[in-house]
Amino acid sequence: MSYKGNFKIWRGDDESGGLEDFIVEVNEGEVVLDIIHRLQATQAPDLAVRWNCKAGKCGSCSAEINGKPRLLCMTRMSVFTEDETITVTPLRTFPVVRDLVTDVSYNYQKAREIPSFAPPKNLGLGEYRMKQQDVERSQEFRKCIECFLCQDTCHVIRDHEENKENFAGPRFLMRVAELEMHPLDTEDRVREAQDEHGLGYCNITKCCTEVCPEHIKITDNALIPMKERVADRKYDPIVWLGNQLFRRGSHKR
Amino acid sequence: MKAGVGAPGRAQMSERTFRTDRWRTYPITTGAILLFFIAYATVRIFMNQWYWAPEEHYLTPLYSPCLSDSCVPGSSHFGTPLPEIPSFIPMAFITFIILAGFRGTCYYYRKAGYRSLFLAPAACAVPEPHKKYTGESKFPLVILNSHRYFFYGALIFALINIYDMVLAFHGKDGGIGMGLGTLIIVINVAMLVCYTLSCHACRHIVGGRLKNFSKHPLRYRYWTFVSKLNARHGQYAMISLVTVILTDAYIMSVAAGWITDLRIFN
Repeated sequence: MSYKGNFKIWRGDDESGGLEDFIVEVNEGEVVLDIIHRLQATQAPDLAVRWNCKAGKCGSCSAEINGKPRLLCMTRMSVFTEDETITVTPLRTFPVVRDLVTDVSYNYQKAREIPSFAPPKNLGLGEYRMKQQDVERSQEFRKCIECFLCQDTCHVIRDHEENKENFAGPRFLMRVAELEMHPLDTEDRVREAQDEHGLGYCNITKCCTEVCPEHIKITDNALIPMKERVADRKYDPIVWLGNQLFRRGSHKR
Repeated sequence: MKAGVGAPGRAQMSERTFRTDRWRTYPITTGAILLFFIAYATVRIFMNQWYWAPEEHYLTPLYSPCLSDSCVPGSSHFGTPLPEIPSFIPMAFITFIILAGFRGTCYYYRKAGYRSLFLAPAACAVPEPHKKYTGESKFPLVILNSHRYFFYGALIFALINIYDMVLAFHGKDGGIGMGLGTLIIVINVAMLVCYTLSCHACRHIVGGRLKNFSKHPLRYRYWTFVSKLNARHGQYAMISLVTVILTDAYIMSVAAGWITDLRIFN
C-alpha cells in the first residue's frame, strides 16, 4: 500500500528560510525519517538532517512534526491520514544550523555545569555496593537518550531566550536529581539545583514528560521530588529545625 | 529584537505553532471547570446557610468542621470554640483557606492553572503570550512551596470528613440508616482521601526525601504505596473537585427543602 504524501519541510539557515512543499511516496510501515531519506534520494539531495540509529536510542533525529517535538525515526506514518499535510521543522528552541539540523551546544554547556558523581572517598573502583531499591529511582533517569526534546518543549527557554543562562532545563535538572538520589553520591546538590540550575523556573506544566520518547516521568519523579527537597532546605523551618537538632544531613538519610 | 521562537539564530517561521491536533481542548475545558469551581465555592461560602440537613445528618464538606456559635444546632461535631461570626464573613473561612490553599498550591493544579488560566503555556510547544518569565523562583509564586503545610491541614480535614461520613449513616428514625446522600458522601470522601494521599508532598514526606530506602523498609513501603496513587493524582484532583461540588449541591438542596433525600433504608 503506497500513496503520495504531502509534506512541508523547513529549509534554510540561521539567516533566512521557509517551508517548502514536497510530494513524496509513502509505503506501509514507514516512519517520517524514511520519508526524509526518500526526499534526499529523489528530490532534495542537499537537505540537511541529523540521524544515526533509526531505532529511537541515539537521540539524533529530534525535530518537530506538525508542531510537536518528536523523533523522526519513532514517528510512524500510519498515525497520519493519507490526505494530511505533514509539516517537519527543526527544533525551535535552539539555533538552526541548516534545514532540520540545530545547534544543541547549549545542552552540553549545561551538562558541564553539573558536578559529576562524587562517591565516598574511602571506596575504590569495584567496591561500590548498593541495594536495588536504593538505585532504582536514579536508574529510571539513566534511560535518557539525550534527544533534548524535553529541552526543546520547555517554555522556560523556548519562549524566553534570556532564561538560557540561568536555567539548565528538565534534562539536566533530572541529572541533578539522578545524582541527588544516588545512594553513593556524597555531594549536596539541593541548594545548587535551585540557585545554580534554576529549578524555581519550572512551573510543572509537564511538557517535558509529555514529549519524552523514553517515557521517563521527568516531572513527577525528578523535578517535583527535587522541588520538595529544596522546600525542605529553604522553605520549611520545621525540617530545618529537625535537621539542626538531630544533626541530620542529606548524605546520612 | 524578537523573543522566544522568533529569537535571532533560530529557524525563522511566521506561524506560532504548527500543531494540528486539538490542543485548545485541555486549557478550555480545564479552565472552565476551575473557573466554575472558584465561582461556585465563592458564592457558596458566603451563603452561610443550607449546609446541614438535620434529619439526614448530612454536613457539606465546604462547611466542615462547623466551629462557631453561628452554626445551626447539630452541625457542630466538634463543639463551637469560635464565637458568633458576622453574617458577611464566611463561617467556613478556615476550611476554605486550607482546602483552597491545598488545591491552589497542588502540583497538579499548578499545571492545570498555568496552562488554562495563565497560558504559560496553553499547550506544549505553543508559544506563551508573556514577555518575561521567572516562574516560581520569585515572589509571589515562590509561596507555592508551602504546599506541604496545606497538605498537613488537608489530611486533618480528610479525617474530619471521614467522621462526618460515619455520622451520615444516621437513620431518620434513629439507629443506622442510609440514603442517596450517604452514598454521595462516601464516594466524595473516598475521592478526597485518594486525592490527599496521592499528593506529591505526601509522597516526599512518607519516604521520598530519603536517600537510602534500604535503611527504612517501612517508609519504603509507604512510599511505594503513595507512588502508585500518585500516578493518578491529576485524575483524583479533578474527580474530587467534581464530587465536592456535587456533594455540596445535593446537601444544600436537601437542607433547603428543594428535594427530598432518597432513603435506601431508615
